[in-house]
Amino acid sequence: MTRKQKRLAVIAGGMSFILVAVLLVMFAFSQSVAYFFMPADLAKSDVKPGTRIRLGGLVAEGSVKRGQGSTVSFTVTDGTGSVPVTYTGILPDLFREGQGVVTEGAFDAASHGFVADSVLAKHDENYMPKEVADRLKAQGVWNEGQGNQGQGSQGQPDGAKGTATR
Amino acid sequence: MIIEIGHYALVLALATALIVSVLPVIGARRGDVAMMALAPTGSLVLFVLVAFSFGVLTWAYVVSDFSVANVWENSHSLMPLIYKFSGVWGNHEGSMLLWLLILVFFSALVAVFGRNLPDTLRANVLAVQAWISIAFLFFILLTSNPFLRLDPAPAEGQDLNPVLQDLGLAIHPPLLYLGYVGFSVCFSFAVAALMEGRIDAAWARWVRPWTLAVWTFLTAGIAMGSYWAYYELGWGGWWFWDPVENASFMPWLAGTALLHSALVMEKREALKIWTVLLAIMTFSLSLLGTFLVRSGVLTSVHSFATDPTRGIFILCILGIFIGGAFALFAWRAPMLKAGGIFAPISREGALVLNNLILTVATATVLTGTLYPLVLETLTGEKISVGAPFFNMTFGLLMLPLLVAVPFGPVLAWKRGDLLGALQRLYVFAGLALVAGLAFFYIQNGGPVLAIFGLVLGFWGMIGAFADLWYRANFAKVGLSVGLKRLAGLPRSVFGTAIAHFGLGVTVLGIFAATTFGTETVVEMKQGASVDAGGYSLTYDGLRDAVGPNYTEQRGHFTVSRGGVQVADVWSSKRLYTARRMPTTEAGILTFGLSQLYVSLGDAMESGGMVVRIWWKPFILCIWGGALVMMVGGFVSLSDRRLRVGAPSRKAKPVKATLEAAE
Repeated sequence: MTRKQKRLAVIAGGMSFILVAVLLVMFAFSQSVAYFFMPADLAKSDVKPGTRIRLGGLVAEGSVKRGQGSTVSFTVTDGTGSVPVTYTGILPDLFREGQGVVTEGAFDAASHGFVADSVLAKHDENYMPKEVADRLKAQGVWNEGQGNQGQGSQGQPDGAKGTATR
Repeated sequence: MIIEIGHYALVLALATALIVSVLPVIGARRGDVAMMALAPTGSLVLFVLVAFSFGVLTWAYVVSDFSVANVWENSHSLMPLIYKFSGVWGNHEGSMLLWLLILVFFSALVAVFGRNLPDTLRANVLAVQAWISIAFLFFILLTSNPFLRLDPAPAEGQDLNPVLQDLGLAIHPPLLYLGYVGFSVCFSFAVAALMEGRIDAAWARWVRPWTLAVWTFLTAGIAMGSYWAYYELGWGGWWFWDPVENASFMPWLAGTALLHSALVMEKREALKIWTVLLAIMTFSLSLLGTFLVRSGVLTSVHSFATDPTRGIFILCILGIFIGGAFALFAWRAPMLKAGGIFAPISREGALVLNNLILTVATATVLTGTLYPLVLETLTGEKISVGAPFFNMTFGLLMLPLLVAVPFGPVLAWKRGDLLGALQRLYVFAGLALVAGLAFFYIQNGGPVLAIFGLVLGFWGMIGAFADLWYRANFAKVGLSVGLKRLAGLPRSVFGTAIAHFGLGVTVLGIFAATTFGTETVVEMKQGASVDAGGYSLTYDGLRDAVGPNYTEQRGHFTVSRGGVQVADVWSSKRLYTARRMPTTEAGILTFGLSQLYVSLGDAMESGGMVVRIWWKPFILCIWGGALVMMVGGFVSLSDRRLRVGAPSRKAKPVKATLEAAE
């Protein structure tokens, strides 16, 4: 091979690696990205059972029921609609009735209920997940002054950790 | 009064930084030695002023001066002293001050240890450092002043966020900042080189020790943060691909690439333009990380109460520095002369491969982190990108690199022999394969993919020493001569081997912990027991306890193996009284490199507790590997060649330099 051909081969190799990376990223986005919904949205759009979504809203007062073992059921509401959710596992420290929550999972085809595999009670200083707070404020169901007893942002969803000062 | 002096010191620091940012640059252009000499002196003054200001804030925390708003919001008089110290940077304002302190600390280091730098380069580097300092001084003074007073002063503080009341917080942020703010030095060197319009092997020789030191700290900082989250948050995970984790991981990836490309530049004068670009990109990613964390655009545990003006301010800083640096790069880079040609199969080639993979991997992490943000801004749709995305993209893309790592050091510079390298390495590959299979059989029962991962881990660990083995040539010359040869090798060769070994250890830990680990969530009544990882845990009941600023319920567990009690562990749920905030304190038992992790859930009406138990085999390898990488970094730093025989520039006609600088 001449030097020119060698250089071409190297560039082609590099380009194909980048191409593979781009395809992989696009594929991964189509596969593993979860969209955010609130109960009211679900009435408007058609989410098929088995599709992974994030469901956010307030935990309805009096709806938390502990079943067998570590299975918990509760209702997520946003004032307009409400969705029953079941979850098996340990709830975050900050999970409580009347407060905001984001759950991730999919609708069950048989029971039409939402089966969550992770529950996030990831709060900003107003005890409200950001996505949920934005929407509830827009709908006027909730405002900043409410639920203000907790300071500091904290929360441990099945996928978040705290390292506070970066 | 002292508080106001601290505030005033910051204002003085701003004035000093303004001087250092302008006059030395003019001096470097005109060849005015006196003006250039302002840079090191000014940088030292700047450091002293900021350090004083930081000391004042620390003092306010230690004596619990609640008339300072920042102290009132984040401290409590009953808090243990160590958390009063770490509380200084456990909040937005204080952590920005720490950011600045470390920035000017690095300027001062360049001023002190950069005596062998050419005057013009040193003046320019320090001036660029001062530009960054100015931006952050303005940011602190205008939007995040930690010295604001409250009148009247409250009697008691609001307490530090309980999650942050941990020894991990005392160490993690300073280490992490030493890493990611430290890349500013590489950035300043790159920008100064572009301003001077010349760059050569000597430049790489100066930059490499800085990069190495900074990279070592960042490695330690990330590992520390990961371990902290693991034991403090009670969720049993060690890496979540949280945007803020990514914010520190991206500079690490880019910095690792920089470390390797600077090597090529130093030894072979090749990849000059690329190295400069990489230096700029690495610090840009650090700045981006600061923006993501501090602006509150991302929902993350790491962000504190934020307000939009701060976000916009940092975005401006980001735009000016990244945009400016890239514009300068586009303008000046064509003037830099490319050097050193090499064959694709060579040490250079291997390092280029390293750079290609690391930068592409960085780009995928960046995409995954920013995509939700961009999508929300453009369409209003909210999505979450989590671990599955990163495992599929980043994980897969890094695999070829892990395979290639042992090849790099055994390939020759300029033109290598892949077949020869393969012949040299097959014994090591065989050993790795055997070790991986043996490990798998001992642990048994995981998916087949795990074998590949384990082999890959051992391949990294064993292959790391291939270079040393062949350099010593034990097979031919016998043990004693071989050892003598090893003793004669430069330290950086050992550094490389150790760091690569550490990478292998981390990979092994990741695969072993994910494959063989178990997770059990059960409801346990007093006296009930559960098996995990060959151990049996018995729940002995709950007890109330009181700490200095919290109350807790502690669950006691007895751990036995084969009917014999081997250990016991407490796991608790705490309630921090000042903030009425509950936290979970996991109970962790270490057996060799593996851990048993017990976390308490809610109390059941029946009187039992929900308990979550993880068996995490070889989990300590993950952080242990990072620690080994760090040791590799330090060993390499101790190489005499980095200090002795200070690089000097080839004398070039002065006129040519001046033309290039116009």
